[in-house]
Amino acid sequence: MKQLMTGNEAAAEAAIVAGCRYYYGYPITPQNELINYMSMRMPQIGGSFIQAESEIAAINMVYGSAAAGARAMTSSSSPGISLKQEGISYLAGSELPCVIVNIQRGGPGLGDISASQADYFQAVKGGGHGDYHTIVLAPSSVQEMADLVYDAFDLADKYRNPVMILGDAQIGQLMEPMEFHKRPKKNLPQKTWSLTGAEGRKRNIVKSFYPVKGQLEEFNAHLQRKYKAIEEHEVRYETVNTHKADIVLVAYGTSARVCADVVRKSRQLEFKVGLIRPITLWPFPKEIIRKISEKVQCILTVEMSAGQMVEDVRLAVEGKCPVHFYGRTGGGVPTSTQVIKKIVEVVPDNLANTLLQLAEVR
Amino acid sequence: MNSCLPTDITERIILAGFGGQGMMLLGKLIAQAAMIDGKKVTYFPSYGTEVRGGTAVYHLIISNNEIFSPIIEEADTLIVMNQPSYQKFKGMLKAGGLLLLNTSMIKSDNFPDAKIYEVPATEIASKLGNVLVSNIVMLGAYLAIKKLFSPNLILEQLQGMLKAKKGNLFAINKQALERGLHLIESIHHPYVR
Repeated sequence: MKQLMTGNEAAAEAAIVAGCRYYYGYPITPQNELINYMSMRMPQIGGSFIQAESEIAAINMVYGSAAAGARAMTSSSSPGISLKQEGISYLAGSELPCVIVNIQRGGPGLGDISASQADYFQAVKGGGHGDYHTIVLAPSSVQEMADLVYDAFDLADKYRNPVMILGDAQIGQLMEPMEFHKRPKKNLPQKTWSLTGAEGRKRNIVKSFYPVKGQLEEFNAHLQRKYKAIEEHEVRYETVNTHKADIVLVAYGTSARVCADVVRKSRQLEFKVGLIRPITLWPFPKEIIRKISEKVQCILTVEMSAGQMVEDVRLAVEGKCPVHFYGRTGGGVPTSTQVIKKIVEVVPDNLANTLLQLAEVR
Repeated sequence: MNSCLPTDITERIILAGFGGQGMMLLGKLIAQAAMIDGKKVTYFPSYGTEVRGGTAVYHLIISNNEIFSPIIEEADTLIVMNQPSYQKFKGMLKAGGLLLLNTSMIKSDNFPDAKIYEVPATEIASKLGNVLVSNIVMLGAYLAIKKLFSPNLILEQLQGMLKAKKGNLFAINKQALERGLHLIESIHHPYVR
């Protein structure tokens, strides 16, 4: 049955459906509906809810629950996610599965509470110290928020790796009809590596500390093999109208919804606009972007940042076509009119006039 | 279902008022009714710094087609409950759009090009015995004008939300909805400029 939910609430309920029974959080706008929902639901289903004394405490509680083999989650917004970075590095270093939700707001610093995508670098390039990756999933609707949070727990367990949901204030606050397609998880896979008390078996060790020379390099090689497998098997993206497109937009999350509207408007014209929407930001869908870049006049990346994902787009394109950028910062959300103006600016002059009609389409 | 939304029509509504005037609930009731009616809906509330007495604004889009950005650039309908919200958001209404004003709290001068309906919602609600139902008076008026859903569908939603705990408030909410409906039905020609 469809229900009207905010993205924040959908993320919380999806985690419960996925079998998460341990949630630790600390309040911050614009993700408060998530922690609020968990405080209501966890006691109802015999789970644990703790409003921790800080974001740092919350991520380390996640470490504890994950080490004990449970499905655990925390959530926050940009400044709070910065505080969690040490914990995330330790989780990655200890190969502990967990889900971290970042409902991004404007930055840097305390910033504001409006929607932003300026934490892309932090999410996909490490954030904490060391050679590690978190799997990063970027929903662009309330329904997809629920679906991706559900899948995030499976991905985390499959690879023993933290998974980050990279949303933004708009996705978190937005209410849309959605439904939970999947059944509640009852029998979760046994985690033979977890710390459950060693009576009658060999002891397990969960750690990220390798002081003996050579051991850490060996462990890092293992991590890199794992990341390679994730890059091979877990890339997700959506393409809209990319076949025979003249220009292709690359955008994720809230920006992608705006770009999808531009694609819709362009359908009436001879000049074709397509869209590649990365759903996994790491692993990044570089193959499809490279493939499409060989056939189009240019690519325009649209973000709510000063230009972060565009660097990965350029790496994927390897100079095969020009890559342009349009971004809003500090809580600004692009409008389709602004994106169209940018398209007009970057396409050859003979096409610009045709494109100006785009702005007239409602 | 008693829907009057033709195909390929999108209704973009901006709701604004003081925090505490129930704009959030007003929009949610329309959004839920639209969802049950099988429409696509996005409802984007303001959040965070809004407090009782400040202005709060909500973007509600209902459509038969996929909705892309939930942020409204140009509204088909503007429902406003107080003067500061009116000043702040009147520019967002498209030419010839529907302007629904709570004239108990908005001075009726210098209106933009719009189909204007004046509803003294706060006064009506006060006379019914609870100023808090002024939002439902406005909702009744809106339903009578746009006829998107049957009032019964809205009443069902309201009953579901109030449940047993606040069930005693259902009667006054129903009265408020009916007062809004009847007020519009008694006006034959809106004040159009």
